[in-house]
Amino acid sequence: MEALDIARWQFGITTVYHFLMVPLTIGLGLVVAVLQTVWLKTKKPEYLRMTKFWGKLFLINFILGVATGLVQEFQFGLAWSEYSRFVGDVFGAPLAMEALLAFFIESTFLGLWIFGWKKLPAKLHLACLWIAVLGSVVSAYFILVANSWMQHPVGVTMVDGRPRMTDAWAVFTNNTALVAFPHTIFGALAVAGGFLLGISWYHLWKRRRLGIDTVDAKKRVVVGESPVVDGKMQYPGRDKTDHKVWIRSLRIGAVVAMIAFAGTAISGDLQGKLMFEQQPMKMAAAEAACQNGTSFSILSIGDVGAKNCNDVAALIEIPGLLSFLAHGDFDTEVKGVNTLLPEYQAKYGTNLPDNPIYGDRAGQPIQYVPVMAVTYWGFRMMIGFGGIAALAAFVAFFIARRGTVPESKWLMRLAVFGILAPFGANSAGWIFTELGRQPFVVAPNPQLSGIDQVFMFTAAAVSPGVSVGELVFSLVAFIVVYAALLVVEVFLLFRYVRGGVASAMPELAAPPPDPDDEADDGDAENQKKDDDDVLAFAY
Amino acid sequence: MDFLPTLWFVVIAVLWTGYLFLEGFDLGVGMLMKLFARDNAERRVLLNTVGPVWDGNEVWLITAIGATFAAFPSWYASLLSALYLPMILVLLGLIFRAVAFEYRGKVDAVRWRGVWDWAILLGSAVSAFGVGAALALTSTGLPLNANGDRIGGAFAWFNGYAVLGGAAVVLFCVVHAAAFLALKTDGTVRERARKLFRRAAPFALLPLLAWGLAVQLSNQKPLGWALLLLGVLAVGFAVIAAARRREGWAFVGCGVFLLSMMATIFLNLFPNVLPSTLSADFSLTVQNASASPYTLGLISIIASFGVPLVLAYQGWTYWVFRKRISSRSLPAH
Repeated sequence: MEALDIARWQFGITTVYHFLMVPLTIGLGLVVAVLQTVWLKTKKPEYLRMTKFWGKLFLINFILGVATGLVQEFQFGLAWSEYSRFVGDVFGAPLAMEALLAFFIESTFLGLWIFGWKKLPAKLHLACLWIAVLGSVVSAYFILVANSWMQHPVGVTMVDGRPRMTDAWAVFTNNTALVAFPHTIFGALAVAGGFLLGISWYHLWKRRRLGIDTVDAKKRVVVGESPVVDGKMQYPGRDKTDHKVWIRSLRIGAVVAMIAFAGTAISGDLQGKLMFEQQPMKMAAAEAACQNGTSFSILSIGDVGAKNCNDVAALIEIPGLLSFLAHGDFDTEVKGVNTLLPEYQAKYGTNLPDNPIYGDRAGQPIQYVPVMAVTYWGFRMMIGFGGIAALAAFVAFFIARRGTVPESKWLMRLAVFGILAPFGANSAGWIFTELGRQPFVVAPNPQLSGIDQVFMFTAAAVSPGVSVGELVFSLVAFIVVYAALLVVEVFLLFRYVRGGVASAMPELAAPPPDPDDEADDGDAENQKKDDDDVLAFAY
Repeated sequence: MDFLPTLWFVVIAVLWTGYLFLEGFDLGVGMLMKLFARDNAERRVLLNTVGPVWDGNEVWLITAIGATFAAFPSWYASLLSALYLPMILVLLGLIFRAVAFEYRGKVDAVRWRGVWDWAILLGSAVSAFGVGAALALTSTGLPLNANGDRIGGAFAWFNGYAVLGGAAVVLFCVVHAAAFLALKTDGTVRERARKLFRRAAPFALLPLLAWGLAVQLSNQKPLGWALLLLGVLAVGFAVIAAARRREGWAFVGCGVFLLSMMATIFLNLFPNVLPSTLSADFSLTVQNASASPYTLGLISIIASFGVPLVLAYQGWTYWVFRKRISSRSLPAH
């Protein structure tokens, strides 16, 4: 393999992996912040439990996001030094701002939240979480500004062959970024919704299975409690409040997932319309559309990855839908690959320049059509997984309307497995949008008349000084380490999920205090000492 | 002299110094997890002295790298690609360390904790060494061609300065952590940390002094001599303070030593940002490596309110968690 291919695999793997953690961090963070707010307002114990339990899972996931995010900040310089030199004047600024205005906030205030239970006044403690979570949202915005500039460069002029920033406002209000931002945030909420729903379903099912909850003749839930054996709860934490934790979490998860789907659909539609203007080839490839047309293909046969795209035949098509997605009406033709290819070749050349920067590829023909199999299926997986998740949330909400879930083991497995669907939609969406931009790392902006030379071929972006051996070493190292850490994270998540709320609040493992005992509890003084000296939370 | 590029050179020097000062002690605490800490209780004491702050400290590194990208794209591109392997190791070290902090206490088993203790120790040591090597090579130069790319293969960067810089930062972190632990803990850990600081500081800080001296000898900036002297005096002051059980002053002295060494190093580097050992013509300088005045102006405005804000709330964090920690302050779990 060439350096370029290895570097691309490395970027793809590390980025998609990092983006497994990011949406859960953003989505779950927002949910936990809302839960703690509700707890502070209502003082209902189930909301404290929800805050603690979902907060624990949030943190286990957060740390892996932080750790893998470090790589993102470095890797433009590591394997893509020519890219960094080319775009540095405009691309580095949002990255630096993310670090200064978002990362610092996120990590500092999250530290205050984790260790600040009982140490900070309740409202201030809650504010720390909100600030940290909003920091992660701001962070997403800056990254999307940077990424959107690669999709649609604005606010620059070319000076000495490199783009130079002339209009920061244009860069930071790039229409591509403004639609990508809500799409990403809603995508994150979809992940959080599915996560809440699947795990809550599991626990409601577990309570049914253990015989704690039963249903009456009207199929309404009868909430029970774990039996107490020898002064210890047989199933730690599974009392009446525990039921409220899961049914509320399930409902919140379902509602969040449905709202998130509506949000991603609306923002995704806007995004698609922009993309038809800005990167027509990406959308043509997403359609595997050779000829101009108006129909949207649901399913195609033939080799969608074939160079000769005439081999592709659409099996199921919806007439007019493609035009609607692109232009908002039903009869404006959308350009196909065969129309676009000559346009691209006329504008950006048929062959890569004979410049040593392109290595072995110098002078070779340019492949303007991205790998169709990836764009075509990536696009459909994004929408398909998103739709499945939303539909499943709707069905789950309906099934659980009487306060519990059926005893069916298969339904439970489906709900737990369904957690993965929004993750799949997110990953597929990113893979589609990034691979669809090829062969450009900075896609040309057809709307910027006069300076449409602001683009860069991916083949020119890799580090010329870095050897294949170094790249192979790092790729293998990342794959091994990331795989191992994923195993550990999933193991820990399973462990804490199985343990239920009691795993995040060990005090629940004890039986509910006998009201008679409280009066003659002579430990009041010790209790006070504990509060003063012992940390409420420690590693 | 261009004002904005020079300002950003100073900002990046400050960010690196801030990183070494702050994460210096949590890296050092990580390295003390095995030999210094004797049992699980002591290890937990160590971890909890930095528990609420290490993640925020690490952001200084991310910001230093991000600011370099924004203000000096060529510096960012050349440094990271030339030091490809050591930088990958730094990243892997930091990944392991971060994950280990969070996951160590999540399963109550001796073997589980043992694995993560090693991850913290090695992750801290490897990343401290790598950062030290990278900074030393930044100050002494790399074999870069006219385009800023490394010549001579994957290990062309490896030389005595890399080892000196790596050792300097590793040992500094250990000593700095000893001063920090003496200040932040109570009981036996406090006593042992103070003793470790007093005994180790005069020797363990020598590599950092040697690095400062090396760049001073090759560039001879007059102010550099004064800074080196200040650093030596600060260590003497710190050791005396530790002997008199004044842990706060010992920590300050250790910090002043770092500040004066970093000031010497960056002062002597200026106006280069990354010298080429092949030809002075290929060296990256404050002028030829910087972003446009427009971009520098933009990030200057952002930084002028962002940096004070960060300093304020990070300072507040240290205030909130100012209490000394001992095994008595640890909850059962």
